[in-house]
Amino acid sequence: MNDKQTVTEAPCETGRQVLNDDLRERIRAYLPRYPSPRAVVLPALHLIQQELGWVSPQAVRELATLLGIPAPEIQDTLSFYGFFKQQKPLGKYRVWVCRSLSCAICGGEDLLGYLQEKWRIEPGDTTADGRFTLEAAECLGACEMAPAVLINESIHARVTREKLDEILDQLP
Amino acid sequence: MENFEPVLLANIHRPDSHTLAAYEATGGYQTLRRALRELSPAQVVDEVRRSGLRGRGGAGFPTGLKWSFLPADHPGPIYLCVNADESEPGTFCNRVLMELDPHQVLEGTILSAYATRATTAYIYLRYEYPLALRRLQAAIDEAYAAGYLGKNILGSNFSLDVYIHRGAGAYICGEETGLIESIEGKRAWPRSKPPFPAVEGLFRKPTVVNNVETLACVKHIVERGADWFRTIGVPPAPDDPRDPGSFGPKLFCISGHVNRPGCYEAPLGISCRELIEKFGGGVWKGRRAKAVVPGGLSTGLLSADELDVPMDFVGPVQKGCLGLGTGGVIVMDETYPIIEFLHNSCRFFAHESCGQCTPCREGTSWALQIVRRIKAGRGRLVDLDLLLEIADNIGIIPGTTICGLADGAAWPMKTAIRKFREELEDYIKRTNPTGYKIRRPVPALDNGTCSQKGSSVSFQA
Repeated sequence: MNDKQTVTEAPCETGRQVLNDDLRERIRAYLPRYPSPRAVVLPALHLIQQELGWVSPQAVRELATLLGIPAPEIQDTLSFYGFFKQQKPLGKYRVWVCRSLSCAICGGEDLLGYLQEKWRIEPGDTTADGRFTLEAAECLGACEMAPAVLINESIHARVTREKLDEILDQLP
Repeated sequence: MENFEPVLLANIHRPDSHTLAAYEATGGYQTLRRALRELSPAQVVDEVRRSGLRGRGGAGFPTGLKWSFLPADHPGPIYLCVNADESEPGTFCNRVLMELDPHQVLEGTILSAYATRATTAYIYLRYEYPLALRRLQAAIDEAYAAGYLGKNILGSNFSLDVYIHRGAGAYICGEETGLIESIEGKRAWPRSKPPFPAVEGLFRKPTVVNNVETLACVKHIVERGADWFRTIGVPPAPDDPRDPGSFGPKLFCISGHVNRPGCYEAPLGISCRELIEKFGGGVWKGRRAKAVVPGGLSTGLLSADELDVPMDFVGPVQKGCLGLGTGGVIVMDETYPIIEFLHNSCRFFAHESCGQCTPCREGTSWALQIVRRIKAGRGRLVDLDLLLEIADNIGIIPGTTICGLADGAAWPMKTAIRKFREELEDYIKRTNPTGYKIRRPVPALDNGTCSQKGSSVSFQA
C-alpha cells in the first residue's frame, strides 16, 4: 500500500551505510501499518537505537532516504524525545533510576546520587568502559515498587544501595 | 462499598491470567461475540453513553459523548487510539491491566472500535513498560489467530487491525493530540482545538483517543448493561445540572509512605482515607499522613484534615485540587518536608513541558529555579507569592496554553503553598535568616545547583 518510499537511495557520505540490510528490512516492515511513511519514524528510531546504540547523523540521513522524507523532519522528531542518544552510543546497560514523587520519597533520589558518585558520571552519561548509562527517570509507572530501577527491560522493586550493588554485580 | 465485587481486577489473580485460554475460561470474548451478532454500533454507543462512563485517564470527559462527536456517515478511515502512555506520577493501573489482563483491554478496544466504526487501532504504549509490551503483543497475536482481530471478525462484516506504537519517554504524549502527533512521527506538540480529534485527528481523519482503563470498562458495560454500571459509584449532584455523575468502578494506585502500596479497585466515591487505611494498610512506620496527592501529581495536595473527601470526579475539586485525575494516590508522612514536594513537582513539569507555549515553558522552568533557590537556603517570603503568580497564570484554565500540562504544573504549586504556607515560610526563615525579608530581585543559583550555602542542603532520603 505504500509506494511513496521507493526513492532511489543516495550513497552516503562516508561511503559505508550504517543501516544494514536487515535493519532496513525491519524498518520497511512497519510501512504497511500506517498511511504515511513519516509515522514510521518513531518505530525506526527505536530499531536503530536498539541495534546501533545511538542515532547518529548518518543514520538520520539514511533513514530519511529510506522513508522518502526530508532529514530535518526526522531530526526535528528525534531531538524532541530525550530517549534517543545523538552524541554517542548507550552503554551495555541503561539504568533508569526513578526520581518522581513516589520513588523519590522512598529513597529514589538517594539511589540516583549513589550511582552518580559510584560511577562519577551525571545522569545521561555513560561510564568510560561503556558498561552503564545512568538515567534519571520521570515516573517509571512502578510506584508500588518504590524505589524502582529499570535496567534495560527489567524492572527492579524496592531497591536499596546494597540491593543495587548486588543486581549490578550479577549482570553478565 | 460493602457489596462491591471487583470488576476490572476480577481475574488478575488467576494463573496465567494474561493468556487467551485463561481469559476465555472466564467468559472472555463472549461479549464481543454477542455484540457483533445482536447490537449495532449505534446501540453500543448508546449503551456507553447511558452508562455515564467518564474517561479514566485524568480529564473525566464522558466517553459516549466523545464518541458521538464523530461525523456520521464518514467514508473513513476512522482511527481509535488507545492511550497507554500512562506517565502521571503515582499512576500504574493501566500497566497492571495490560500485564495481567491484556485480553480484557483488547476486548474493550475491539468493542469500542466496533462502536466508533474504527478500522485501525493504535495502542500508544509508553516505552517504560517492557512486560506490558510483551504481554499485549502476545495477546494481540493470540486474538488474530483466534479470529477476534483481522478481517471479518467472527464472521461479521467488521474488520479491525491493532498495532502497538511505542513511545519514547515523553509525558506530553499522554495528551491526546500530542499522542496523535507522536504517532504521526512528529514532535508531540499538542494541537489547538477545535478541530477536535473526533473531527480531524490522526492522519487528519476522525479519531477517538481513549484510556486503557476506560476501554476495559466498555467491555463490562456492553456485557452487563448501563443500568448495572450506574448502580456503582455516585449519581450526579441534584443541584448541579452540569454534573454527569461518577459512575462505575475505578482503579486506585496507592503509593508513597503506606504499608501496602498497590493497585486496588473500588467504586468511585470511596473516601481517600478509606483507600489509604483499608487498601494501603495505613501510613507506614506508625506515622500520620501530612499530605496526600489524590489523583496523580498534577492534581495537587490534600492536607491531612481533608482525607474524608470522596474520590469521585467532584470531591477533590471541592478541596481545591485539579480533579480526580488518574486515581494515583501518593501519601506523604508527617516527617516529609513540603519544600521537597514542591521541588520534585516543579522539576518534573519543567522537564516535561513540551516547550510549545511560552507561559508553560518559561513558567515551569522559572518556578523550578525559584524553588531550587528556596531549597538551597536563599529563599525570600515573596518568592511564595511569585510562585503563586506563575501558577495562577499558566494553563488552560487561565487560558494561556494549548494543553493542560501547565494546569498540572500549577496545581501542586497552588495547593502546596496555599495549604502549607506556614511550613514553607518557616523553612525560608530558618534557612535564610538574614535574607528572607528581602523584596528586591536576587540572583538565581548558578546552573540551578546549590553552589554556596546550598551545598549543605542535601536531598531527603
